[in-house]
Amino acid sequence: MNAAKSFSSRLAGWLPRIVVAPSLLVVIVTVYLFILWTGVISFTSSKFVPIYDFVGLEQFVRLWATPRWHTAVANLFIFSALFLLLSTGIGLLMAILLDQNIRSEGFLRAVYLYPMALSFIVTGTAWKWILNPGLGIQKVVNEFGWTDFRFDWITDPKMAIYTVVIAGVWQSSGFAMAIFLAGLRGIDNSVIKAAQIEGASLPLIYRQIIIPMLRPAMLSVIVLLSYIAIKSFDLVLALTNGGPGSATELPSTFMFSATFRRNQMGVGAASAIMMLMTVAAIIIPYLYSELRERNNG
Amino acid sequence: MANALSQQTQIGDALSQKNRMRLGRLFIYGPLGVMAILYLMPLWVMVVTSLKPLDEIYGGSFIGLPQTVTLDAWRAAWSQACIGTECTGLKPYFVNSLLMVIPAVVLSTAIGAINGYILTKWRFPGANFVFGLLLFGCFLPYQAILIPMARTLGLLGLAGSIPGLIFVHVAYGICFTTLFFRNYFVSLPDELTKAAMVDGAGFFRIFWSVILPTSIPIIVVSCIWQFTQIWNDFLFGVSFTSGGNSPITVALNNIVNVTTGRKQYNVDMAAAMIAAIPTLLVYIVAGRYFVRGLTAGAVKG
Amino acid sequence: MSTLEIDRVRKTYGNLEVLKEVSISIGTGDFLVLLGPSGCGKSTLLNMIAGLENISGGEVRIAGKVVNELSPKDRDIAMVFQSYALYPTMTVRQNIEFGMKIRGIPPAHREKAVRAAADLLQIAHLLDRKPSQLSGGQRQRVAMGRAIVRQPKLFLFDEPLSNLDAKLRVDMRTEIKRLHARLGTTIVYVTHDQIEAMTLATRVAVMKGGVVQQLDEPQTVYDRPANVYVARFVGSPSMNIIPGKIEIEGGSATAVIEVANRQAARIPGINLSSQAASKYANGKVLIGIRPEMFSVGNGQTQGAISVDVDVVEPTGPDTLAVFQLGGVEVTARLPPKQVSARTSATLAVETSKVVLFDPDSEKLIN
Repeated sequence: MNAAKSFSSRLAGWLPRIVVAPSLLVVIVTVYLFILWTGVISFTSSKFVPIYDFVGLEQFVRLWATPRWHTAVANLFIFSALFLLLSTGIGLLMAILLDQNIRSEGFLRAVYLYPMALSFIVTGTAWKWILNPGLGIQKVVNEFGWTDFRFDWITDPKMAIYTVVIAGVWQSSGFAMAIFLAGLRGIDNSVIKAAQIEGASLPLIYRQIIIPMLRPAMLSVIVLLSYIAIKSFDLVLALTNGGPGSATELPSTFMFSATFRRNQMGVGAASAIMMLMTVAAIIIPYLYSELRERNNG
Repeated sequence: MANALSQQTQIGDALSQKNRMRLGRLFIYGPLGVMAILYLMPLWVMVVTSLKPLDEIYGGSFIGLPQTVTLDAWRAAWSQACIGTECTGLKPYFVNSLLMVIPAVVLSTAIGAINGYILTKWRFPGANFVFGLLLFGCFLPYQAILIPMARTLGLLGLAGSIPGLIFVHVAYGICFTTLFFRNYFVSLPDELTKAAMVDGAGFFRIFWSVILPTSIPIIVVSCIWQFTQIWNDFLFGVSFTSGGNSPITVALNNIVNVTTGRKQYNVDMAAAMIAAIPTLLVYIVAGRYFVRGLTAGAVKG
Repeated sequence: MSTLEIDRVRKTYGNLEVLKEVSISIGTGDFLVLLGPSGCGKSTLLNMIAGLENISGGEVRIAGKVVNELSPKDRDIAMVFQSYALYPTMTVRQNIEFGMKIRGIPPAHREKAVRAAADLLQIAHLLDRKPSQLSGGQRQRVAMGRAIVRQPKLFLFDEPLSNLDAKLRVDMRTEIKRLHARLGTTIVYVTHDQIEAMTLATRVAVMKGGVVQQLDEPQTVYDRPANVYVARFVGSPSMNIIPGKIEIEGGSATAVIEVANRQAARIPGINLSSQAASKYANGKVLIGIRPEMFSVGNGQTQGAISVDVDVVEPTGPDTLAVFQLGGVEVTARLPPKQVSARTSATLAVETSKVVLFDPDSEKLIN
């Protein structure tokens, strides 16, 4: 009787762990084990299917000797830098303006944010059409009388990456706005009142007091947008398909085409590992600080 | 006299202040309005283009209203457009996406709810570590798992199938849904579970009768987030399915990237609209919850 | 029969010892108050009695039966929480009958029990409301209703009044007292409010740092605190603890307190056992005088002391006078308008109630 009771109570004690175990197992396998697996493949000479022969860093050497990968990395830098700068700047500006007690705030917020509900494929399709030099914006402006106007970036290998930036910013700046707005709403109003009583002007209050107080939100925006930038894949595929040529190749599209189109699975795995390391370098410190602060608070 | 003068200047001050206020308002509403137009422009262009006949488009109408409104492009996109060699339109792929998204959303939300419940109300040694493991899954660049997942789905006999895709979306969705529910349940007082325990309720009873009824808002957040993510996914769809099993995003990309013949921009736009409408509808109906999902992982409460 | 025995109970988290061999036992119908500051282990102890936390060592017995291994539902207890912990999606009725429903009690029975409890607590008109539609005091009543409806052996209260405003707190205190008198059940009640402890308890356990400092009837705790900590914690304003020494003159003890720029104050006629008298003769002690032991005297009063009043704080029924004595700040509770600030006054002390503490161990000297 006593033994049975202690068994059932022990089972009850373990029940939560038993229930959480399957999903933990799935995540451990599909996230961590799979990462390891990709890592292993990156050290093999796999082409069409995985072969488990150890060739050391050969694939990484090959990867870094591939001009296309260099383009991809360079593009990632250009894209991320501009994407981050513009999305954060526009997002912050819109959040501050929206926070001025304006009418129809709800409607405007909805307008700025709806692109986030769209698939990048839809965004890419729409912008591809808008940026089409023969029939899109360029033509409209030309017909208005400015006949010299040229906006053919999407077909210009030097400028095509900037069209990805435009579409990306259009889609994601509303996200930055939403986070900044949440941050602004969390700021104690009495701080602003105190500064006003001391005679500070509104722009000064924003520069000196409010924007510095948005630092946690800023950190979140930068980290999350970097993550979006690094994994950007569908947008490029739909907008430019990596072209013209390989002008808008990003590491994500490079990995995909190396693995599934060009039968270079080893190189693909190596590029995936490079991407993972970049993301981890940004995300892990962020998660660490978020979790620690949460536990303290 | 002096009194009247001071009164006058006061009125003048008030007036100029009012004008300044107006000017200030202009600086606020001006940029906001311009931005709103810029944000709405692509949607506008998509809609009007999809309603124009092809000749009108090639005739140079881009941003203006259609002279003749026609639903031909929508009809074509829905049931005639060619995806690869099959000219079935988006309809079967729309159905594929529905078949994929509904079970995936339900499963991942249910699992996330119970995980969040355990990680907050039944904390065990190492619970924080478990949460950390799940959390990193939210930020995984999926390129790092594409090859092993493709192999595993092959081994499980799920390669190229909708159930396979459901599995993938549930596996990676758990990370997000657990985060949502955990952060929500953390704010429910622990005394609630304690009271239920003293009342005699057990693990599942407390979840079902006490915790779950309080979590309707976060269930909505989780469902909407998962629905949007899974419906909009392209990478998993294009990597793990082929041909007739593809989700709608893959089919849309195929339609758009067809390069033979005279490009049917109006069909492209109609197809893009068809792919966008479910998530747009959800956004319009429950935008508040969508925003909560977006900011859930980002801003500390 | 619903006694509670806590027998050398310990609680450790890793290397941290939160409760150190706590032993308390109370009889049927007792009202035990666990009193102490936050972090003293009182809530942990309550949770262990409830079965919500594991017991690291020792035994808890309810009605003579060891309950260490039993889950909360098998201990025949009910609990009222600080936040009330009402189930937010259930109506008041559903809240109250939830426990009975789980135990499979038939609906007719449940309805009768809910009625009885609701009538007793005057919440019958609220039965179909949701907790969010109730005021703080009403929620408090519902939480109590949920507890009493099951007629458990033991009631546990975890700081039940601390979320109420001051006025309501006093009302609900009376309510709880009345309920206890009426139901006659055994109650364990956790609070950091010494007035609640004094008014409600039949037995008070003052706790600090995971150790019970004193377990006694409230009046004993007040009159004869076991140590300086208890003396200061119970009573408001708290007991004055003044360094001084003891002189024995002809078999009677006199407390002597040094006063700056004046003659030393002498308080004769202190109660002291002969044993203690010989131990502390001419030795240092801490002299414990409650504010109300002072009264306004004159030069003729035996053992009167003169002081320079620094501040007076009228509270209405009486006035608190603050002055320096023996190098510490001392508060006296005096009738209104008898003394004024920055004047000197002559005060008498009710010597028979003065208590002494050992200056090193800070324990009460008998």
